[in-house]
Amino acid sequence: MPSPALLPQHQTPLPPTAARPAGSRWAYAFLIDIAVFVSVFAVIYGVYSIGRSWLGPVRAESEISQDPRSLPLYALYSLVRILVAYVLSLVFALAYGYTAARSRRAEIILIPLLDILQSIPVLSFLPGVMLAMVALFPSRQLGVELGSIILIFTGQVWNIAFSFYSSLKTIPRDLREAAIIYRFSGWQRFLELDLPFSTIGLVWNSMMSVAGGWFFLMACEMFVLGDRDFRLPGLGSFLQTAAGHGNTRAMLWGLAAMVTVIVLMDQLIWRPVITWADKFKFEQVESAAAAQNSLLNFIRRESFLIRFYRRILHPVVEWLTLRFAIGAKRAAAKIKANRAAKPRRWYGWVFAGAAVVLLIYGASRAVGELARLHRGDYFDLFRSAGLTFLRVNLALILGALWTVPVGVAIGFSPRFARLMQPLVQLAASIPATALFPVILLFLIRMRGGVEIAAMALMLLGTQWYILFNVIAGAMAIPTDLKEAASIFKFGSLDRWRYLILPGIFPYLVTGMVTASGGAWNASIVAEYFHFQGRIVKAPGLGSTISSASDAGRFDLLLASTLIMAVIVVLINRLLWRKLYRLASTRFKLET
Amino acid sequence: MSTTTAGVEPIIAASKLEKFYPQPDGSRIQVISPTDIAIYPGQIIALLGPSGCGKSTMLRMLTGLSPTSGGTVFWHGQPVRDESPNVSIVFQSFALFPWLTVLENVEAPLEARGVPDVERHKRALRIIDSVGLDGFESAYPKELSGGMKQRVGVARALVVEPEVLFMDEPFSALDVLTAETMRGELMELWLGKKIPTRAIFIVTHNIEEAVILADRIIVLGRNPAHIHAEFNVNMAHPRDRKDPRFTELVDLIYKALTQQVHPENALAEQHRAAEAARRKDIVMLPHTRPGGMAGLLEILEDHNGRADLHVLAAELSLEVDALLPTVDTAVLLGLLKLVEGDAILTPEGKAFAHADIQERKAMFRKSVLANVPLLRQMQQALKSKTNRTLPAEFFQDLLDEHFSEDEARRQLETAIQWGRYAELFDYDAASGKLTLTET
Repeated sequence: MPSPALLPQHQTPLPPTAARPAGSRWAYAFLIDIAVFVSVFAVIYGVYSIGRSWLGPVRAESEISQDPRSLPLYALYSLVRILVAYVLSLVFALAYGYTAARSRRAEIILIPLLDILQSIPVLSFLPGVMLAMVALFPSRQLGVELGSIILIFTGQVWNIAFSFYSSLKTIPRDLREAAIIYRFSGWQRFLELDLPFSTIGLVWNSMMSVAGGWFFLMACEMFVLGDRDFRLPGLGSFLQTAAGHGNTRAMLWGLAAMVTVIVLMDQLIWRPVITWADKFKFEQVESAAAAQNSLLNFIRRESFLIRFYRRILHPVVEWLTLRFAIGAKRAAAKIKANRAAKPRRWYGWVFAGAAVVLLIYGASRAVGELARLHRGDYFDLFRSAGLTFLRVNLALILGALWTVPVGVAIGFSPRFARLMQPLVQLAASIPATALFPVILLFLIRMRGGVEIAAMALMLLGTQWYILFNVIAGAMAIPTDLKEAASIFKFGSLDRWRYLILPGIFPYLVTGMVTASGGAWNASIVAEYFHFQGRIVKAPGLGSTISSASDAGRFDLLLASTLIMAVIVVLINRLLWRKLYRLASTRFKLET
Repeated sequence: MSTTTAGVEPIIAASKLEKFYPQPDGSRIQVISPTDIAIYPGQIIALLGPSGCGKSTMLRMLTGLSPTSGGTVFWHGQPVRDESPNVSIVFQSFALFPWLTVLENVEAPLEARGVPDVERHKRALRIIDSVGLDGFESAYPKELSGGMKQRVGVARALVVEPEVLFMDEPFSALDVLTAETMRGELMELWLGKKIPTRAIFIVTHNIEEAVILADRIIVLGRNPAHIHAEFNVNMAHPRDRKDPRFTELVDLIYKALTQQVHPENALAEQHRAAEAARRKDIVMLPHTRPGGMAGLLEILEDHNGRADLHVLAAELSLEVDALLPTVDTAVLLGLLKLVEGDAILTPEGKAFAHADIQERKAMFRKSVLANVPLLRQMQQALKSKTNRTLPAEFFQDLLDEHFSEDEARRQLETAIQWGRYAELFDYDAASGKLTLTET
């Protein structure tokens, strides 16, 4: 019997090591050392400057530079903001999803609530969040920073929470029973069942969330709130300032910096993470081609991450697991001993009562706020809601019109797909808001240019969801169906009618649902923009929300947010959910 | 009842164990009628019965996984809710964690019991070695064949040294040869006393498997589940399938499974009758497709209208649980009779076997309208509507009064299948609507 120490240490079969000439080995090691050295210093400087900035006094109206040389530091600020917001989102989403999936009672409230929260655009959270944070840290920049981070958080968190929740709900019964019969503690179950089972969904949704963070970065880093002007140094504020001054050169520099950061993140974080997540696929048989990623292989072989895992993380997790195991045993014994005594639930009632009182108070205040609006205001609101509705759906239709043929072409041809996939991914990863000022430059002079620009931004921000899903759908159409269509000599019209459109339908619906929600949310930046020293706006619900937030009109902000949430939730319930059902019954490709 | 165990303290004893789902109207859907089961040390017990009869539910109640609706499970004389029984389960689907290696999978239950890592490694490796998995410690489950996966399942179950090892159809997801090998290996561990396990409780629908492994075989009947018959197997291991005593016992169990009334279980039968009366005119439909039944009747006709079910199953290389629903359907429609484990074609059945597809549909329609109250009701309800259309949910609600939610759904699915085959109505899956077929 082999001793544990003799067991192979690697987790999965490693690919052959890249051949490296023996003579260059020293040089290679030296380069690595230099790189590590430089990185360490960069990190120390970064931490220092972030600390100095955050803990410094409030600079509410600090000047945002338009000098490309400040871009590296600005990029770092923005990156840290987005990452901190993401980590917060992940932690919150895990807790939220876990609670909703584990407690029947919580589920009834939390899941519909998620639907509503998802439909509220980030700017609607702005006044509340900002005022609270600034009140919390009145004398430090930290308050404004935290406010901005929480704004980004509100745009990132909901889909992650939903993904985790639905993963937990679909864990196969046998696995759950195995965890019970083998007496897993809650912690061990979370670590060895819940989390691994949800990993793939979490990874994809994290990517989407972070992309969303970049999209709304400009709105989250620089905004006016009543008579106060908040500006945080970062890529978003850089771009917005450049656009405001009409400084084309700075706009292009900012755009380039943002694209660089996003591409680097994609290569250094997301690609390796996706490959790593492959091991969490819930499959019984190994799929033919295991994905490879050279960076991941490098990390697995010799990186400090592996050492960190072995020396620190693993022992800590081990210790925790054993603690929890023993704790669970004790708790079980205690519960059994106390079974006779009925647990008192008074604290639950007190908590629920307090929550109800608070809700009633909040609702009555909100109604008071809304009562201050005039009938004319409501008329305006509904008119703008109608305009945004038209805009959103026109953008969706346009998006579908070009993405469906292109997506099908890519999905049907592996060669074309190999060629296009990286290009499309790159294009999709550029936040449309960063591109927007550049587009505005051309459109602003045209008649109706603002209208076109608003729709273009919605389109740019959401068409990718449709495209990616259509590609996936086209790839999922079985070859034998395609062959049958060829054998029976289907004309191209029949091919589309009987094969392609039904085949991609479920995927198309999924893409359109996401795109629709995204387009509504994007309206706040698409319809209202500071450009060349003035405000460019297209009448609509999004611009109402943005201008209400700018002007500190809480009543208007509340009303418009409410209307938007109601519209989005209604569209989801009345249209998308029905189409979803149709997709999962009639148009499901089953074997 | 078996007498060989008199005077020995059972490890697990269930008394008046039952499962039912209370309904809003105060009635209940009985899934398992009150049952006594005892697991004695030194025994392998096989629980045998057609699929969907409640075997797995029984196993889950005995292990404490699933709450009981009535009765108590005792673990060494103490009610299980006060005591965590030291048991393991080997699952039909293996239920391995795909993201953990073989070693990590086997270690997980020890981790849960707070065993420190050095000790854990040692124990896991020992058990991995004894089930013949050494060399695969760092493999992931998806790299393994079905047999190897189930070896991991067995190793994981044994590593905590359970007093009772529960196995839920452990070999039914494996191919025939692998399953046979695995049974041999299990018996080697058990008979060679290589594992500290004191009793094995195995749920299966494979009669031969039960006879090869078990010391005691409990046959469950359906609707609600009840103990239909019990057999003690007094044959030395390894057992020979060609041994006349072996085939005789297999035959006997077949008969017990197919016979409606068993003298030893008059009480359970009474209960069933009462239950049936409560359900009034609801007949539980066996879940089969009409097409499969025609095939069975044709094969019977080739056997001159009469064949031993045992022989028939072997010939079709089917297991009881696959064959029985089809047989039940034919019996329900009056196309087949069961006499002492033999299936006999009725004159209608003979005609059906010779008919062409359109005639078959006509005969089927006539027969379901005569014998299946649910389809009759559905037809009448559709007729009473001016547009001849009703949502399927309407009938779902009717069935919900008589069956558990899952079962009601399956009943409706089967009824829709049959109704479509009989050309009674059309069903549009997208809208969920049934429309009467105009004749």
